[in-house]
Amino acid sequence: MGFLEKIGLKKKEKVEKGVEKSRSGIMGKIGKAIAGKDTVDAEVLDELEEILITSDVGVQTTIEIINRIEDRVAQDKYLNSSELQRILREEIIALLKETKSDKPADFKAQFPTKPHIVLIVGVNGVGKTTTIGKLAYLYKAAGKKVMLGAADTFRAAAVDQLKIWSERADVPIIQQGQDADPAAVAFDTVSAAKSRGADIALIDTAGRLHNKKSLMDELAKIKRVMGKVVDDAPHEVILVLDASTGQNAMQQAKAFTSFVDITGLVLTKLDGTAKGGIVIGVSNELEVPVKYIGVGEEIEDLQVFDRELYVNSLFSDD
Amino acid sequence: MFEDLSSKLNHAVQSLKGEAKISDVNIAETVREIRRALLDADVNYEVAKTFTNHIKERAMGEDVLTAVNPGQQFTKIVYDEMVEMFGQEREDIAVAHTPPTVILIAGLQGSGKTTFAAKLAKYLKEENNRNPILAAADVYRPAAINQIKTLADSINVPVYSIEQKDAVRAAKEAVSMAKSLALDTVIIDTAGRMHVDEAMMNEVAEIKEAVQPNETLFVVDSMTGQDAVNTAKEFNERINYDGVVLTKLDGDTRGGAALSIKTVVEKPIKFVSTGEKLDALSPFYPDRMAQRILGMGDVVSLVEKAQKEFDQEEAEKLQKKIKSDSFDLEDFRQQLQQVKNMGSISDLVGMIPGADKALQDQEIDEDSFKPIEAIINSMTPEERHNPDILNATRRRRIAKGSGTKVQDVNDLMKQFNQMKKMMQSFSGMGKIGQMMQGMKGMKGKLPFN
Ligand SMILES: Nc1nc2c(ncn2[C@@H]2O[C@H](COP(=O)(O)OP(=O)(O)OP(=O)(O)O)[C@@H](O)[C@H]2O)c(=O)[nH]1
Ligand SMILES: [Mg+2]
Repeated sequence: MGFLEKIGLKKKEKVEKGVEKSRSGIMGKIGKAIAGKDTVDAEVLDELEEILITSDVGVQTTIEIINRIEDRVAQDKYLNSSELQRILREEIIALLKETKSDKPADFKAQFPTKPHIVLIVGVNGVGKTTTIGKLAYLYKAAGKKVMLGAADTFRAAAVDQLKIWSERADVPIIQQGQDADPAAVAFDTVSAAKSRGADIALIDTAGRLHNKKSLMDELAKIKRVMGKVVDDAPHEVILVLDASTGQNAMQQAKAFTSFVDITGLVLTKLDGTAKGGIVIGVSNELEVPVKYIGVGEEIEDLQVFDRELYVNSLFSDD
Repeated sequence: MFEDLSSKLNHAVQSLKGEAKISDVNIAETVREIRRALLDADVNYEVAKTFTNHIKERAMGEDVLTAVNPGQQFTKIVYDEMVEMFGQEREDIAVAHTPPTVILIAGLQGSGKTTFAAKLAKYLKEENNRNPILAAADVYRPAAINQIKTLADSINVPVYSIEQKDAVRAAKEAVSMAKSLALDTVIIDTAGRMHVDEAMMNEVAEIKEAVQPNETLFVVDSMTGQDAVNTAKEFNERINYDGVVLTKLDGDTRGGAALSIKTVVEKPIKFVSTGEKLDALSPFYPDRMAQRILGMGDVVSLVEKAQKEFDQEEAEKLQKKIKSDSFDLEDFRQQLQQVKNMGSISDLVGMIPGADKALQDQEIDEDSFKPIEAIINSMTPEERHNPDILNATRRRRIAKGSGTKVQDVNDLMKQFNQMKKMMQSFSGMGKIGQMMQGMKGMKGKLPFN
């Protein structure tokens, strides 16, 4: 069985696993709504509010979702609970932006330029390095020539950690060791990717809190030097968000985007009970797609984000 | 933009005006606002409900005080309740009757356990004269052992690690090692794990059983959202920890998870971690945490943040200058630079109680100090050191050079002189307080806002 199929199988199991306990019966309750309504009753709205808030969607986005649903229902009416559910899902999915063809999430897809340079950023401990290891493995399995860049030269043993992932995924790594200038490592990686004909280079960076200006300036510099080697590099800047993070993820996303223009998101640690609902607001506000989700610590525990599957898992019945 | 709870409540409590007593009816909107503030701060949904119910009970029947504004009255009730929830006693970590004292550290992936373990080792070594050893019981994550070794080396603390992927054994042997080396403290760093991962939760329970720690600490990221209650509960059921450590509080999260956890497991928060450097560890202060969650502005952390950024010597020099009235535009320019290094201006202003209220209708534009800098940059060094020589010709030149109007230069000079006076009168506040007050004075009066 190919790895994609394996993921396909794991997908349902893993994403929906954590949801089971807390959510059972909630849609059942919503189902109490009666046919032919053009308003949603207060009880349903309360349930909805609880589901969304406890999934970390946040008050503001929850209000937005509820408003959208009330508008839709006022227009379309709904006949039964499954129709209401459909409307609900459609409205939430609409807030989650779609991936664009020049930044494909599919591992086999062609990149518009070669090498395709991807910079991975985020606050401390969200899963940047692990995500790079998983992506490297999946791109390589899809036949791509991959290269890694160890531009986290700050955290203790960060280079060693990425090196182990490069061995696991069996792809080359560019590094200058601990305490080297991260921008120089980034520059080197992009140069090497170009000269050795790599399809894609993934560059790891040190975790940094978004309110530390000097560290954010450093990140902007890392990004800047890449463009000196390959036009328009990096082609993607991916922000990694931890599913257990609450409303602060919005601040993170805004700050990172103001320094390095985020183009996509990864939502990690969905193998627990956290839902990571803040990505709905972030995706909508920044107009960037969620590209991947992390569902474990093993190398194959990464999946292409599926909006429908994700929204279903928020409301999953079983 | 920050908007503190009390100003939000000011809107909500309009319904209280003219009422003699707080009642079920007139309090409804206020309670809703409080609840929203809590949810925005990541306090768990259920916890927020319970908490606001408490507030309601507590407030009900109270007289509406005419002396203070009702928003403040409510804020105080909410704040007091929260501080009380957190508990006033500061609880230290346990010490074994016969050494070694064993401390077990557990938590989710990426919560900051390893860094905290090293910080705790340094803290116990320096503050309590202890001789700790770190046990590397994260036998899974790539390079985890190297990471802890690197950190331990930097603080001259030994590490015990083994080749095999056997965390229980690593922990047990570390304790034996401590005994044979007569080291008095063992700090066991474990792998991050999901609370729903049966096998891994069994492992940490086994470690606990095997080494019988004197203190078990649960490490949690302060940015955690609604799920904090699930993980805190599950870990508590499995390892019955003694205390909680909140990490990454140097970020700008409101940290409502702290209240959620405290409510559902009733364990004290023993430490907070506030940076990547190994000395960034401090005790937990309930009042500061409550202020933070409620967005009330925290002068204490502002001053601390400032102290970190400011070189002590520089600060003393500055203090003298202010006293002797020789604070000039060059100093001012450097101050602006330092303030900018500390983070965003809106965040800083947000930390001053009342400041965001004063500024709430005015979005703080991070670039609003740029024209000030431009004006000062267009001056000659002599002019900066001796602003009195700025005659009309010079001011015209400066305005032209900085792309501003002469009126702007005049306003800046006027404000600068007022600020100098203000700074002298705020001498009790510490340097940054003066600085911020001074800048606040300037804000709104300058034409650039
Ligand atoms: N359960 C689970 N753990 C994950 C996932 N992704 C990463 N982790 C774990 O989270 C921890 C931190 O991951 P890292 O990849 O080191 O995170 P990082 O963002 O590179 O961290 P820093 O470089 O220290 O900022 C590790 O223990 C990983 O194994 C995931 O999807 N699920
Ligand atoms: Mg990393």
